[in-house]
Amino acid sequence: MTALVFTLRQAPAQRLDLSPLLPNLLAGKSESDIAAIELQTTRERACVGDVFRVRTGDPAQIRFEGGSERFDCLGRGMSAGEIRVEGDVGVQPGRLMSGGRLTIAGNAGPWAGSDMKGGSIEIAGNAGDRLGGPLAGETAGMRGGVVVVRGDAGARAGDRMRRGMIVIEGTAGSHAGSRMIAGTLILRGRAGPLPGYLMARGTIVMAGGCNTISPTFADCGVHEFVSNSLMAGFVKPYSPTAAALLQRPWRRLLGDMAAIGKGEIFCPPI
Amino acid sequence: MSQLTVNGVRVDDTFAEAFGMRATALTITAPSTGWARQAAVTMTGFATSVIACGCEAGIDRELKPDETPDGRPGVRVLLFAVSTNELQKQLQNRVGQCVLTSPGSACYAGLEAEEKLKLGNALRFFGDGWQVAKRFGDKRYWRVPVMDGEFVCEATAGLTKTAVGGGNIIIMGARAEKTLAATEAAVAAMQAVPDVIMPFPGGIARSGSKVGSKYKGATASTNDAYCPTLKGAGTSALDADIGSVLEIVIDGLTPQAIAAAMRAGIAAVLALGPERGALRIGAGNYGGKLGPHHFHLKDLLP
Repeated sequence: MTALVFTLRQAPAQRLDLSPLLPNLLAGKSESDIAAIELQTTRERACVGDVFRVRTGDPAQIRFEGGSERFDCLGRGMSAGEIRVEGDVGVQPGRLMSGGRLTIAGNAGPWAGSDMKGGSIEIAGNAGDRLGGPLAGETAGMRGGVVVVRGDAGARAGDRMRRGMIVIEGTAGSHAGSRMIAGTLILRGRAGPLPGYLMARGTIVMAGGCNTISPTFADCGVHEFVSNSLMAGFVKPYSPTAAALLQRPWRRLLGDMAAIGKGEIFCPPI
Repeated sequence: MSQLTVNGVRVDDTFAEAFGMRATALTITAPSTGWARQAAVTMTGFATSVIACGCEAGIDRELKPDETPDGRPGVRVLLFAVSTNELQKQLQNRVGQCVLTSPGSACYAGLEAEEKLKLGNALRFFGDGWQVAKRFGDKRYWRVPVMDGEFVCEATAGLTKTAVGGGNIIIMGARAEKTLAATEAAVAAMQAVPDVIMPFPGGIARSGSKVGSKYKGATASTNDAYCPTLKGAGTSALDADIGSVLEIVIDGLTPQAIAAAMRAGIAAVLALGPERGALRIGAGNYGGKLGPHHFHLKDLLP
């Protein structure tokens, strides 16, 4: 069966909440039912039919033809199926996801994959700040699943991450992996200042080095890690280039000693 | 006892009687095949019989680097016990004392199953708080710092409750050296069968036992009916031309694996023939009243 397709009519006049457009929520709905779903975030009413041309198909495979940085909360709470966006998306794509696959061909705004528990997100462009991170008042960020960013990521990628894996193939902004509780953050490109800031546990692989590392990380020397082979095997289907980097000796920095100091940063041996 | 004769070797019309067991499998890796095998051999030492060892364990096969989770050479070992609790205890003690301690080793589940035994989840405490848990997909591993780096161990190992222990064949020959040659050939053939182990030394038991004893407290005693030096005592099951008897005990993850191993072993003995090997093949049973699995030799002929 062909995908259910939403084709953007024109650039939206307001920010839109696309969270109702999930495979499980659209299952069994007719084209007119879908067209009547409200997406507005202001007092100006905006229904699916106003913003998109809808071509019916399998709701387990949803495709957006055209994107916008005003497409907020896309894939929020997604539990199964597949959503693909041929363009940019706004804030919080894939937030609270527990399964399925979200593919974004363009850039994503802040809090992509925020608090997600499962499934996978692929962002072909760049990701905004606080990738996988919690919203204000939440105690933990990403809790599972995989996020791959082919481009660059903003500040505090993996903030308060508790489980799962984030792979950033480009560069990362400042404080990558800040306050990490556990999980794995792989940075293929260069990291901004102070990676792992106040991390408690968890792993940051920093293949491209960084500008400034906190003095509260302790150098444990250069070692070969058997566990990195396991990591490489898991990462390979998502990012072969990142997987290829893992199986070599790494310098292990233990920290952040300003927190409980049980986290680690793997950086290239110098 | 009625017998068939194949290639000059007499095959008893009898069956091996086997029992249900709990089992698990592990993949042990190391920087070289030699060290993986060393860890496996150490771990499966003193594990010939549940009568006194707590479990029966052995090496299933060697694994190439592309067959192991971490891409290093490995060995697959199987452990069998009569209860889940005993299997858990043996697993924890043996991996903790023999694999964790072996240079460069890592240990992973070698069997996927719904029910689990604690593996790294039990051994992680050796890390004294420095251990690190990593989850990749649905697999969870523990990294325990040790003096040569890190001991990597999967959190759990699969448990099967449908394993079978006590498959066997009894190989009888005129002289010790010919009987041993036939039995060695059978073991070599059985080692090529996956999911089975032959837990006795080199896969061979020379002291086959019967249930019970005339002495209090002994649960098993020598199988006098198959001892050639007692042929004249009146209870012997041996013919006049039999001068030496050896037994191969087989434990398998499934009844099918046991049957495949017995078939391979019997074929090897028959192929060797009576001149170079054995004169007769039999099997051990308890009249069919104790074990639910009966492997009839006539069904396993090549």
